[in-house]
Amino acid sequence: MAQQILLKNSDVPGLASFEVYRKLGGYASVEKTLKNFTPDQVTDEVKKSGLKGRGGAGFPAGMKWSFLDKSTSNPRYFVCNFDESEPGTFKDRHIGQLNPHQLIEGMILGSYALGARTSYIYIRGELFYVLRIIEKAIEEAYANGFLGKNILGSGYSLDLYCHPGAGAYICGEETALIESLEGKRGNPRIKPPFPAIVGLYDCPTVVNNVETIANLPWIMNNGAEAYAAIGVGNSKGTKLISACGHINKPGIYEIELGLPVEEFIYSDEYCGGIRNGNKLKAVVAGGSSVPILPAELILKTAKGEPRLMSYESLAEGGFETGTMLGSGGFIVMDETTCIVKNLLTFSRFYHHESCGQCSPCREGTGWMERILHRIENGHGTMKDIDLLVSISKHIEGNTICPLGDAAAWPVASAIRHFRQEFEDHVKLQKCPLSK
Amino acid sequence: MQNNTNISEFNTETLELVNRIISRYPEGRQKSAILPVLHIAQSENSGWLSSETMDYVASLLQIQPIEVYEVASFYSMFNLQPVGNCMIEVCQTGPCWLNGAEDILAHFEKRLGIKPGETTADGQFSLKAVECLAACGNAPVIQVGIEYHEKMTTGKADELLEKWQSENKCSHTNPYL
Ligand SMILES: Cc1cc2nc3c(=O)[nH]c(=O)nc-3n(C[C@H](O)[C@H](O)[C@H](O)COP(=O)(O)O)c2cc1C
Ligand code: SF4
Ligand code: FES
Repeated sequence: MAQQILLKNSDVPGLASFEVYRKLGGYASVEKTLKNFTPDQVTDEVKKSGLKGRGGAGFPAGMKWSFLDKSTSNPRYFVCNFDESEPGTFKDRHIGQLNPHQLIEGMILGSYALGARTSYIYIRGELFYVLRIIEKAIEEAYANGFLGKNILGSGYSLDLYCHPGAGAYICGEETALIESLEGKRGNPRIKPPFPAIVGLYDCPTVVNNVETIANLPWIMNNGAEAYAAIGVGNSKGTKLISACGHINKPGIYEIELGLPVEEFIYSDEYCGGIRNGNKLKAVVAGGSSVPILPAELILKTAKGEPRLMSYESLAEGGFETGTMLGSGGFIVMDETTCIVKNLLTFSRFYHHESCGQCSPCREGTGWMERILHRIENGHGTMKDIDLLVSISKHIEGNTICPLGDAAAWPVASAIRHFRQEFEDHVKLQKCPLSK
Repeated sequence: MQNNTNISEFNTETLELVNRIISRYPEGRQKSAILPVLHIAQSENSGWLSSETMDYVASLLQIQPIEVYEVASFYSMFNLQPVGNCMIEVCQTGPCWLNGAEDILAHFEKRLGIKPGETTADGQFSLKAVECLAACGNAPVIQVGIEYHEKMTTGKADELLEKWQSENKCSHTNPYL
């Protein structure tokens, strides 16, 4: 069993209550940190731990914190990204629902390091029932002196609030999230300036993912070195993988980074193999946005080495033969799956979620959806396949935020690896796999 | 028959909740409370936002009505047309599709005699196709109000429909209460 940092006590009844969480050693990191560490020392510790952002982009957390503009007297904000809307990703919900105090404990540590006096947890509106669980936990943390004025007599004060979204994937992008938190449409901002300089209410702001933040208590309790000792290469620590699709045991697994993909898919400790003894066809390894890989390339790199669940190994081969760890949304497809139809659902999603600010994304996502719809339903032409590739190339890199890329990559990679299947749809004038 | 009543004002309890929410944001930043307050307003106005409702929210937040309209029309959870008493939202994105989400949606369509975006003639049910609800491990997934129903089957759909019908289920209750 790999080291468990995030799921360790998931099975303990009542873990969401302060009493149970505290009995299991909860909030010890706050006592230790406020007493023995300066804010900058906390940032150093997180830097040394090698913890990378778990929201998808994988940016080193400590480094992001160190960009925070501390030269102004403006307030600073620490914001938790609980938008969790990338298809295939359902790990943060698990933390919020079962272990909200670990998230709150992490919020206190991060806020202290950044000098934030008010912090927000931005949670997607569909998850209101989780928001209520977290708000109850926040109330308990106030009642027990871990939030509010002069926490544990340290002189440090912090207010923490939940803020619901209202159905918009784009609000997971950190600058759109900030706009949304200010009460506006979720239109991403042009960067620079980055939020660390001009963020919420034009003040220096750091946005981190739920899972990133939930790792902080363990790091402060056990030290950066202990954290950095887990994992492989520059992929430090553990990662929550939300596995779904055609596997025997869909669910949330905490893996030590570096676990072989093959073991993750086939071992009974994790996904337990493909349903009905079917053959593996393809995997989208890090949420719907990352390139899809066929079975042979997800299990082994193009060089023939075993593929590992790590930032580096999944990216090995670049976009030609590799993919990305992304958010850890691991979508498995067996031999019965129509790659075109699966892609059509993704393209519909990106079209629906485009905020509409940039024309390549606004127009391109709809265009790709319509062409895929045509191909899937037997009205496509061979030219349509090349047209899809061309549209995806024109979107990539030409938009304000990465949603454009996220819409382009699944299309480009599906055609790169499964072109034959697109051509079969055109030749047969129907989906070869439809019943 | 659809419910077209408009709230005129929140009651004291709801107003207290709204003021508590507004106080979470800095002085002069009360506009930040727009999403939570719209959620509450929608629940109090039979599940949708009429222009009167949005104007009222604007007055509570001391902002221009247009600022509320442009936000309300951006977010998919806000309904700008009347809806049924019980809104059934069926996820259709990849992971749910891989596990039979189309059959679940088709089953609801057949049982209710309506398509996504429509409401039954008696105003009891509305159907909506939605995107990933962050519960893909238990696909297929549907949402009704703040409840999730996971690992859906057509049998489970029948059971739920029967239950909702008998209890005259309302999906738009104040999400904070
Ligand atoms: C379209 C889009 C959607 C995103 N959705 C999420 C999300 O739901 N949750 C999240 O944590 N990060 C999401 N991100 C990444 C955030 O912009 C940001 O990188 C992240 O919150 C930073 O936190 P981290 O460094 O701890 O991962 C999204 C990015 C884009 C471009
Ligand atoms: S890339 Fe798409 S989602 Fe991002 S800002 Fe442009 S239009 Fe909006
Ligand atoms: S695809 Fe339906 S919950 Fe994620």
